[in-house]
Amino acid sequence: MSDFLTLFAPALPEIFVLAMVSLILVIDAALDDSKRYIAYVLSLATVVGAAFLTARDFSAMPVLALGGLFVDDPLADVLKLFLYLSVAVVMVYSRDYLRQRGLYKGEFFVLALFALLGMMVMVSASHFLTLYLGLELLSLSLYAMVALQRDSSVATEAAMKYFVLGALASGMLLYGMSMVYGVTGSLALGDIAQNLTDGTDLRIPLVFGIVFIVAGLAFKLGAVPFHMWVPDVYHGAPTAMTLFIGTAPKIAAFAFVVRILGQGLESQVAEWRDMLVILAVLSMAVGNLAAIAQSNLKRMFAYSTISHMGFMLLGILAGSQNGYGSAMFYVLVYALMSAGGFGMILLLSRAGFEADQLDDFKGLNRRSPWLAFLMLLLMFSMAGVPPTVGFYAKLVVLQAVVEIGYVWLAVAAVLFSLIGAFYYLRIVKLMYFDAPHDTEAISACPDARVIMSANGLAVLALGILPQPLMAVCVYAVGASF
Amino acid sequence: MFGQSILSLVIWVPILAGVAVLATGSDRNAALARWIALAGALLGFIVAIPLVTGFDTSTSAMQFVEKAAWIPAFNVHYHLGVDGISMPLILLNSFITVLVVIAGWQVIQDKVAQYMAAFLIMSGLINGVFAALDGILFYVFFEGMLIPLYLIVGVWGGPNRVYAAFKFFLYTLLGSLLMLVSMVYLYFQSGGSFDIQTWHTTTLGMTAQTLMFFSFLLAFGVKVPMWPVHTWLPDAHVEAPTGGSVVLAAITLKVGAYGFLRFILPILPDASHELSWFVIALSLIAVAYIGLVALVQADMKKLIAYSSIAHMGFVTLGFFMFSPLGAEGGLVQMISHGFVSAALFLCIGVMYDRLHSRQIKDYGGLVNKMPVFAAFFMLFAMANAGLPATSGFVGEFMVILAATKVNFWFAFVAATTLILGAAYTLWMYKRVVFGNVTNPHVEEMRDVNAREILILGVLAVCVLAMGLYPKPFTDVMHVSVVDLLAHVAQSKLP
Repeated sequence: MSDFLTLFAPALPEIFVLAMVSLILVIDAALDDSKRYIAYVLSLATVVGAAFLTARDFSAMPVLALGGLFVDDPLADVLKLFLYLSVAVVMVYSRDYLRQRGLYKGEFFVLALFALLGMMVMVSASHFLTLYLGLELLSLSLYAMVALQRDSSVATEAAMKYFVLGALASGMLLYGMSMVYGVTGSLALGDIAQNLTDGTDLRIPLVFGIVFIVAGLAFKLGAVPFHMWVPDVYHGAPTAMTLFIGTAPKIAAFAFVVRILGQGLESQVAEWRDMLVILAVLSMAVGNLAAIAQSNLKRMFAYSTISHMGFMLLGILAGSQNGYGSAMFYVLVYALMSAGGFGMILLLSRAGFEADQLDDFKGLNRRSPWLAFLMLLLMFSMAGVPPTVGFYAKLVVLQAVVEIGYVWLAVAAVLFSLIGAFYYLRIVKLMYFDAPHDTEAISACPDARVIMSANGLAVLALGILPQPLMAVCVYAVGASF
Repeated sequence: MFGQSILSLVIWVPILAGVAVLATGSDRNAALARWIALAGALLGFIVAIPLVTGFDTSTSAMQFVEKAAWIPAFNVHYHLGVDGISMPLILLNSFITVLVVIAGWQVIQDKVAQYMAAFLIMSGLINGVFAALDGILFYVFFEGMLIPLYLIVGVWGGPNRVYAAFKFFLYTLLGSLLMLVSMVYLYFQSGGSFDIQTWHTTTLGMTAQTLMFFSFLLAFGVKVPMWPVHTWLPDAHVEAPTGGSVVLAAITLKVGAYGFLRFILPILPDASHELSWFVIALSLIAVAYIGLVALVQADMKKLIAYSSIAHMGFVTLGFFMFSPLGAEGGLVQMISHGFVSAALFLCIGVMYDRLHSRQIKDYGGLVNKMPVFAAFFMLFAMANAGLPATSGFVGEFMVILAATKVNFWFAFVAATTLILGAAYTLWMYKRVVFGNVTNPHVEEMRDVNAREILILGVLAVCVLAMGLYPKPFTDVMHVSVVDLLAHVAQSKLP
């Protein structure tokens, strides 16, 4: 019995979430619509409970479990805590929106929690199989979430595209993993790293495998030229789902990339760095330029995501602890800003009306100065203008790039972010300089408003005092590599 | 009690006052917002006074220093301090903020709280720019001030305000982002420090210095603004409300010039010497060519905007003469231009509030209807033209003298400003103020009220005092300037 507990103890939060999801699934089947809040409260309780377990069993050292399939290290624990936070925030933001559209059902909560479980497995994986398992659990949940609004043809189309392209990406990833397996004879990240450090004469299959792995990762991140699904999915999915896709899965994707490239293929940094340089530059270029042309806010944010993921890749391609730490800071900050941006669309939407056109933000300062101010902070943060936290995210990534001597890449990155500043400024312009176009009162519920205020002010507060979050990232990466 | 944190007070009092003003909310409480803003601005000025009274003019070391760890992960400090170069600029800024709040008292009726708050917050951020001794802290203030200025131009500006706001923001952002990369590079070159004074002693190769020189030049050149990256300024000035124009001209342009003294010259001395011809050429073009451009303007605000560019050309010219006379001349010119341009924009604001036109042709014969105003306007126009006994003369004369020592032709071209400046300013003055009243609306214009007399009177005193007895100003900056130039004379090549 005690052996069993020792074996599974590091995965306790995952086991807890799985048990709770199953419970919610059963309970929800017995609930009628008026009692749906029970599923909502239970889901939030699950997240809080998992957070408690993760925090209680915080491991200061990497601990391998389940026969080397699973690792519990500071990086995983810290990222899991941020995953819980972002999933909880998403649930609060989405509640009204889902209710008004008839999507406030048990399926949403179950799928969201399964996705969370998938992400938790991803950040804690130390083996290609667990990585893949977590990724697929996340992806399948997301496909279904996008398609949840089944009478919407746009959403169905988006889900279909997402599924087909996602499956293709998974296939490429698996193919690459199989090549690496062929070269190293192992699927465990630690063994792969060890074998590759010792040297191999199978260079061509190895590089071939790395190319496929990087392509698969780029698909999942939405980096150019593997970005085609991002705008359609972001645009087509119900905004609550877009909010979900745009936040926590980015954190998990960061962990996924760092686990594979930074831990498994660390010694091959010279091979994958150049690939990431191309992906990063193209993503920043295409993302920022295409975002300018969008009139739909969700689509604009989709392209902005592409450029942000490109920027985050800059940190990873540095291939150093400093670089991973900065990329981690960047992705956490991005999730915070993205939650706020989509959350604002949800807050301004109401029954039968989606506030997802740029024009819907016109004159927001006259309708609600407070919400406009929060959105202003979020937009300047996305543009990387101090004193918001977005600036430090860009700064830390830039210094990681300059440290490895890629000054030209830093220059390219800032020039693209200058282009990016234009479309964020345009939102501020619409809110502050223009007259309102929509005059209905804003009908957001109080708890979402509170979370929104906290979200927006966090962008400013972390901008004035960025040290705590930075220290967490430096610590998590430093203690896990 | 606050003796150790004067600079923090100078920065945070206006910002917190701005937040307090914002908290008054909608225009129903406009009167309250105005009074809180005035109190905040006055308090911001009062807390800056100890900087003068407690200033030691015998040392070039940083004074009123505050240092605390801010982001230990990257060795970034909350490090403040002033020397003879930055202290007068902080004072100028705190002083102008009070005037701006008073100037917007009646004119701004829409979103009063946000207007006042934007100015107060910007004032605090600009003080931060002048006081910061840490590169990242500097950058945060330097960039942060763009946000309120963007809103001021965009929300309260004229018909073409959106274009002007975007142009201004993106232009300045372009320069500062490249500067950021240079700063990160310096961080690694200096062994992991963002401390500006450490950067002053960091060894740098010529290629690195040259590349960084251009990145810093772009960042600060856009702000100054230097020809040919000056085109945002006339647009922003024309569209900004009066207060916005005053702050733009009197303060934000000085931020660019200050950057030359704090960053370019001491951090990149070899590149500065090597490429001084480049800056001198741009400065002389600004003085002569922009002076000619100012001559043909039909819009008064545009005219003063171009005149600002020409005057700032003098400042950068003075800095790159590498002599105490030139650098001090540039600094005096900065302060003087702060007073004179602020006064001229306020004068135009006075006229605009009555007639709602900035076109020279809509006026004429103003002296018949507004004699007191005409007298003030006369004084400031003369100061702008560089008449002796006004502050405008002192700086220009010092820079021309310094230029003569370096090269006669530099001085020759620079001196054309004395003719051109007089020509465009006085010609405008003649067309606006003298002659017969041709526009019936001018008949109805009333003379300046007590509030306007107060603002213009205070500025008039400053302009005359500085013109008649500039010694207190030069005393404050002299030791710091001499030390800076001694530093710049040493090569930093490895």
